[in-house]
Amino acid sequence: MTETGLIQLLTPEGERVDNPAYPLDEAADIKGMYRDMVLVRRIDTEAIALQRHGELGLWASLLGQEAAQIGSGRALTPKDMAFPSYREHGVAWCRGLDPLRLLELFRGVSNGSWEPEEHKFHLYTIVIGDQTLHATGYAMGIQRDAAEDEAVIVYFGDGATSQGDVSEAFAWASVFNAPVVFFCQNNQWAISAPQDRQSRVPLFQRASGFGFPGVRVDGNDVLACHAVTQRALQAAREGQGPTLIEAYTYRMGAHTTTDDPTRYRLASDVEVWRLRDPIERVRSYLARSGQADSTFFAAIDAEANELGERIREGCRTLPDPAPLELFDHVYAGRSAILDDERERYAAYLESFEQTDTALEEARR
Amino acid sequence: MSKLTLSKALNEGLRRALEADPKVMIMGEDVGKLGGVFRVTDGLQKDFGEHRVVDTPLAESGIIGTAIGLALRGYRPVCEIQFDGFVFPATDQIISQLAKMRYRSRGKISLPVVIRIPCGGGIGAVEHHSESPEAYFTHAAGLRVVACADAADAYSMIQLAIASDDPVIFFEPKRRYWDKGDVDTAAPLDSAVPLDRARVVLPGTDVTLLSYGPLVRTCVEAAMAVAPERSIEVIDLRSLSPLDMATIEESVKRTGRCVVAHEAPVYSGLGAEIAARVTEACFYHLEAPVLRVGAFATPYPPSRLEEHYLPDLDRILDGVDRAFSY
Repeated sequence: MTETGLIQLLTPEGERVDNPAYPLDEAADIKGMYRDMVLVRRIDTEAIALQRHGELGLWASLLGQEAAQIGSGRALTPKDMAFPSYREHGVAWCRGLDPLRLLELFRGVSNGSWEPEEHKFHLYTIVIGDQTLHATGYAMGIQRDAAEDEAVIVYFGDGATSQGDVSEAFAWASVFNAPVVFFCQNNQWAISAPQDRQSRVPLFQRASGFGFPGVRVDGNDVLACHAVTQRALQAAREGQGPTLIEAYTYRMGAHTTTDDPTRYRLASDVEVWRLRDPIERVRSYLARSGQADSTFFAAIDAEANELGERIREGCRTLPDPAPLELFDHVYAGRSAILDDERERYAAYLESFEQTDTALEEARR
Repeated sequence: MSKLTLSKALNEGLRRALEADPKVMIMGEDVGKLGGVFRVTDGLQKDFGEHRVVDTPLAESGIIGTAIGLALRGYRPVCEIQFDGFVFPATDQIISQLAKMRYRSRGKISLPVVIRIPCGGGIGAVEHHSESPEAYFTHAAGLRVVACADAADAYSMIQLAIASDDPVIFFEPKRRYWDKGDVDTAAPLDSAVPLDRARVVLPGTDVTLLSYGPLVRTCVEAAMAVAPERSIEVIDLRSLSPLDMATIEESVKRTGRCVVAHEAPVYSGLGAEIAARVTEACFYHLEAPVLRVGAFATPYPPSRLEEHYLPDLDRILDGVDRAFSY
């Protein structure tokens, strides 16, 4: 692993590392971070199981990326806006989104049913990298509103850095000095393509070519991810423009539930990263430093069990949309063409009901 | 009432929209200091500032992608794509994001973004500067696709497009930019023909000739050339998606014949959709099949060949004649 300039505040063994650039934040809620990571891992585990049981069409697992998402997500203020890709279940959790809203999407009953402005969390974006431009535009809006206490963060992966839109977003954010933080979770795999198929240079170094700072942080270190993101967001709010954060992490699971990573990577590589688990190191640190005891950990586990149960039950009972909802919300205004299609399809559906009724009557 | 070129009418319409709503913005390549390569945005940056009339980096996907972000923030961006052939780098943002966002969010998100595109040929330009890409966009649900044909209509249509809460692809016939017409800049916007309605520009009784954008004028000239022996009703579709089938049907049921003319290739073009719909709706009124006049199924040719590629007055009249040969 290339560890050029990797910022780390907590080792995989759970030892605090002093970094003069990022002094220990006494107010950091490390127990809260631990709780969030455990709970989002449970959401993830439950979602995979629900997919296996046929309750979800697909799930994109965040396993191994909990620290990158909870650390950065907790660095956001309520006014900051986040633009996710499709794996940011941990950030969604930090933004107060009910996990069932995410499950709806993967179950196929909705393409995004939450109110983005209410949660300051945009809809998931599946076309790789598109959201980096949306985030940059939103940040340009903040500049025009002269809203000095707001910034934007946008999430994407190592694969996305090869997309033209991401380079365009870097260029735009740079020349307009937009208040946006580019948060790249380098989980080292774009489905089966390793990171060296995307770039010959460490990804954070891309930023210098665009004229703004790039930093590489240990993506499995929740304290470091939190501190680095907080710093970058503050710089953005203060008019210092964009920052690229490369959170160096590892996708422990499959790309999605349809993927089979044993076809393209070695189990031994995964094992190396298992020793760098983002949750275990915080647990060790909290236990060793006497900040938490077994009662605390047991309470979190119990909470995770309750959450798991709620998700299982909630997912299974998510109602399918009514057939004619198919036609809703295509346009704000009218479309005579669409109105006509809706009317005809409604009549077509009704014809079955009439036939059914007639058959029933005939049987009587 | 003032005599304005189509380009100036758009400029006046944009100015009025910028004055009416502080959230309206203009963004694109060379739209600021230069005033756009066709001068449609001339003088607007000087009067409304660099924050509202933005000279962007040279990246079409970036223009539309950031416009989406600005719209999410409550702005109403009017984007200029410099030429028709340059819109394709932005098609992912237009089709995957802009068109679908309202639907995906179950109506919680509105993206009132206008994308102005100078379109069509006939100006002797080099390749990628003369195309008619409207059918790519009419196929994408969630977009409104419109084309203006004359100065007066351009003036109100651009304002209606900006006021629309739906994303609008706004085609401007580049070879008509310099055509002059009477524009009533004092008329209230709500007296204008709605954005989703077609307009009968020349009444007639024998055949319905449908067109939009640059060929509307050619169709009117064709109709004048054969009047009064043959009475051609010319309709400017204005809205390409959704189509105003009510106006079309009313006319075809009266005339019994229908010809569609556009600069885009006939094959899989908008005319195919219109022909299918007219055939279904007016079957028992038709004296002849619905016929299409348009460009050939080739890429846009070198400009010295464009007079053979683009339908002109004679090819349109040839189409009309064919409609009477059944």
